[in-house]
Amino acid sequence: MKKLHLYILAALLTASGLGLFIYKTAYLGFPMAPKAEVEVWTLQVRFTVDARTGPVKATLQLPSRPPSYTILDEDFVSRGFGLSTREGSESREVEWAIRRAEGQQSLYYRVQVTANKERGLDPDPAPALQPAEPALEEPFRTAVATVVAEARTHSADDTSLAAELLRRLNDPSPNENVDLLLSGGRSPGSRARVGETLLRAAGIPTRIAFGLELQDQQRYAVFTPWLEVYDGKRWVYFDPTSGRSGLPKDVFIWWRGDRPLISVLGASNPEVQISVSGSFAEALEIAERRVGLGGSRVVEFSLLKMPLQTQAVFRVLLLVPIGAFFMVLLRTVIGIRTFGTFMPVLIALTFRETRLLGGLALFVLVVGIGLGVRFYLERLRLLLVPRLASVLIIVVLILAAISILSHRLELETGLSVALFPLVIMTMAIERLSIVWEERGAMEAVREGTGTLLVAALAYLVMSLDRVQHLVFVFPELLLVVLAATLLLGRYSGYRLLELRRFRALAER
Amino acid sequence: MLSLRRRLNERGVLGLNRRNAEYISLHNPRRRFPLVDDKLLTKEIAIAAGMAVPELYGVLERQHDIHDLPAMVADHKQFVIKPAHGSGGNGILVITGRRGARHQKSSGEWLEQSDLDHHVSSALSGLYSLGGRPDRVMVEYCVDCDPVFESVSYQGVPDIRVIVFHGYPVMSMLRLPTRASDGKANLHQGAVGVGVDLSTGTTVGGVQGNDPIQEHPDTDQPIAGLSIPCWDHILELAGRACEITGLGYVGVDVVLDRTRGPLILELNARPGLNIQIANRRGLRARLETVHGVAGRGASLADRLRFVRERFAHG
Repeated sequence: MKKLHLYILAALLTASGLGLFIYKTAYLGFPMAPKAEVEVWTLQVRFTVDARTGPVKATLQLPSRPPSYTILDEDFVSRGFGLSTREGSESREVEWAIRRAEGQQSLYYRVQVTANKERGLDPDPAPALQPAEPALEEPFRTAVATVVAEARTHSADDTSLAAELLRRLNDPSPNENVDLLLSGGRSPGSRARVGETLLRAAGIPTRIAFGLELQDQQRYAVFTPWLEVYDGKRWVYFDPTSGRSGLPKDVFIWWRGDRPLISVLGASNPEVQISVSGSFAEALEIAERRVGLGGSRVVEFSLLKMPLQTQAVFRVLLLVPIGAFFMVLLRTVIGIRTFGTFMPVLIALTFRETRLLGGLALFVLVVGIGLGVRFYLERLRLLLVPRLASVLIIVVLILAAISILSHRLELETGLSVALFPLVIMTMAIERLSIVWEERGAMEAVREGTGTLLVAALAYLVMSLDRVQHLVFVFPELLLVVLAATLLLGRYSGYRLLELRRFRALAER
Repeated sequence: MLSLRRRLNERGVLGLNRRNAEYISLHNPRRRFPLVDDKLLTKEIAIAAGMAVPELYGVLERQHDIHDLPAMVADHKQFVIKPAHGSGGNGILVITGRRGARHQKSSGEWLEQSDLDHHVSSALSGLYSLGGRPDRVMVEYCVDCDPVFESVSYQGVPDIRVIVFHGYPVMSMLRLPTRASDGKANLHQGAVGVGVDLSTGTTVGGVQGNDPIQEHPDTDQPIAGLSIPCWDHILELAGRACEITGLGYVGVDVVLDRTRGPLILELNARPGLNIQIANRRGLRARLETVHGVAGRGASLADRLRFVRERFAHG
C-alpha cells in the first residue's frame, strides 16, 4: 500500500512538473535551450502629407488581433500631432490630429511583432452580425444569385462552398456571370471584394483582411488582400486570387474591413512607405513579454520577475537539488562512498567559483596543507572546538597566501576563492583527518577520492548551460527530480559496487 | 553484470538498500535507536534484564571528570576506555598494562597519563560521536580473552556478532582482530570475519575486507573448524536482545571472557553485511524464513531450536 501511495505521489509530481513545463514551452514559447533566439519583426509605416495650412487629421488602421502573431511593442512618432486610438471589435485605428500644420508632415507608426508558437492560442470571437446582404443592382444581383446557386450544388458546407465560389471566381475561363461580376476589375483587391460579395450573398460571414508578407529588409512592402471566412468555429483564410485556403506562416494580417489603410483630411499627396525588417532577440525575453501581454499569471509568479540579485542567488540554489539528486544516484545506485551526505554537492558548488581543475587543485592543496597542520595540532592536545577553530584560521591564511601567490604569478584561479568554500574546506579537513586516524590512510584516501569524484561529476552536471537554464526558467522540473528522488528512496536493489563486493557469494 | 545481480538475488544476498529500506526502517523503530547507540544505556538495560556485560568501572561525563580517571582505574591494571556514542569501534582505547604512571595499549605502545587524558577529552567533546555531539565516556572491565582464540587473534579480543531478527538468531560470525585493525574486532578496520555454523558454533571460512580467506593473516593459523565454547549460552544472550531493546533487526556483539563466560559488549541497530561473505550465505533468505514464523510468541528455546535446525551449514 505504501508503495502504491509513493507511486501515485511520484506520478502526480511528475505530471504537474512536466505539465507546467510543456505548457510553458509549447504554448508560451519559453525556450528550452539557453540563448535561444526568436525572430522579431519590426514593421514601420511612414507617411507624409502636404498640409494645406490648416487643421490636419490622419487616420491609420492598426494591427488588431493578428492571427498567429503577438504585438510586442508599438510606437507612434509625430511632431506636434495629438494622438488618439480607437478600438472596435474587428479593427483598431489611430487618429493623428493637429490644428495648424504647414508643409510636409511625416508620421510614423512602428510595431514589433513575433510569431506565436501555437496558432490555437488566438481566440476567434464569433463575428458580429453581418450587414444585410449587399443591395445590388441588376444585372449583378441575378449574376450573384446564379453563381451562388450553382456553387451550392457543388458543395457540402460553408467551407467547401467558399472554396467552390473562389474557384469559380478564379477560373481561367469564367462563365458569363462571373465575367460580369469581374467587370469592375481583375486586381486582387477587386477579386477579394467580389468574393466577399458572393460569400455574404451565400450567407457566410466574410470580411476582407489585408496582410503583409514578412521578409527581411523590405523597404516598400505592399499589402495583399485575404478573405476571412467564418466557418462556424474560427476564421479560415482564403487567397482571393487562387482560392487556396490557409494563411501562410509568414503573412501578418494588419487590418480588416473596407476602410483604407490611411485616410487624410486637410492635406494632399499622402505618400505611404511600409518597411519590414527582421531581427533576432533572446527567446526568453520575448516569451516573457508575450506572456505578460497576454495577461498570464505564469510570468508574474516566476523567478524571472525577481530582483537581479535574488535571481543570481536562485540560479545557484536551484542547482543544489540537481547535485543532490546526482548524489542520491551515485550513492544508492552506484554505491560510491563519500564524506558526509552532501559534502560533495557543497564542494561542487565551490567549484562553480573556481572552475573544475583549478578547484580540484586548490582543494587538494588547501586540504593537504590543512591536514598536515591538523595532525601537528593533534600533538598539542587541543580540545575539539579550539582545534577546529585553529584549522579554520589556518585555512583562511592558506587561502590568503594562495591568492596572493597566484596574483603574483598572474594565475586567475586563486583569486576567485569566495567566502563559502572556506567552511567546507575546514569541515573536509576535519572529516578527512578523523577517517585517516580511525580507519587508516587508505580509507581516507578512498573516501576523499570518492568525494572529489562525486563533486567533480556533480559539478560537471550542474555547470551544463542547459541544466542551469532549465532549472532556472522551469523550476517546476524540480518536481520531476523530486519524484525521481522519492522513487530512488524505495530502491532496494543491489548497489553497483555491491555486486563486486558480494561476488564471492555468487560463486558455487 | 545482470546475471551477477540475478545470482545474488537467487542466493538471497541482502544489499544495503534493501537492508535499510526493508529491515532497519521497518523493524527498528527510530525512538529505540538511542538504546543501542548509547553504549551506556545498552549496558543499563542489559544489566536490568539480568544479562551479563563487562563490569562498568565508572563514567566520565564532563571535561572536569578527567581528574577522576586515575582513581577510577587505580585498582585495575587493565581497562577499556570507550565513548558511549562511538561508532564502528572508533575511540575505543584498550589498556592492558601499567608501569608507574604509564599505561600500555593493547598494541604494546606506552601512553603517558596526559595521552590518556587527551583521548578522554577528545571523546567527551564529541570527536568520535556522530555529528560531533558531546559524549560520555565509560571505563570498563577489559575482557580477558578465552584461550580458545589465542591462535587466531592478534593482540585484541575477538568477538562474536550475531544478527537477530525478532528474537531469532539468523547468522553469526566471529570477528578476529588483526595487525591491520590495530587489535580491534572491527571489520572496517581490517579485522577478519569468520563465518560460524549457527547450529554447532563451529567456524567455517573467513573474510578480510571483501576477500575470502582461510588463515589468519598475522598468525597463519587456520580459522575454520574452531569450536566456540558456550555456544548455547551465546545464542541465548543474542536471542533476548530483541525483547530488551524493542528492535526487530539487531546485531549483538558478544565476547567470551576466560572466567566470566559470554558477555554482551554492545548492540547494533544497523549491523553490516559482510557477515554474508564470511558465511558464504545470503541473509535475506534466512530473514524471510524467520519472517514467516516470527511473532507467534514462540519461547526462546523453541526459537533457538528452530534456527539451529533451519540454519545449519550443510
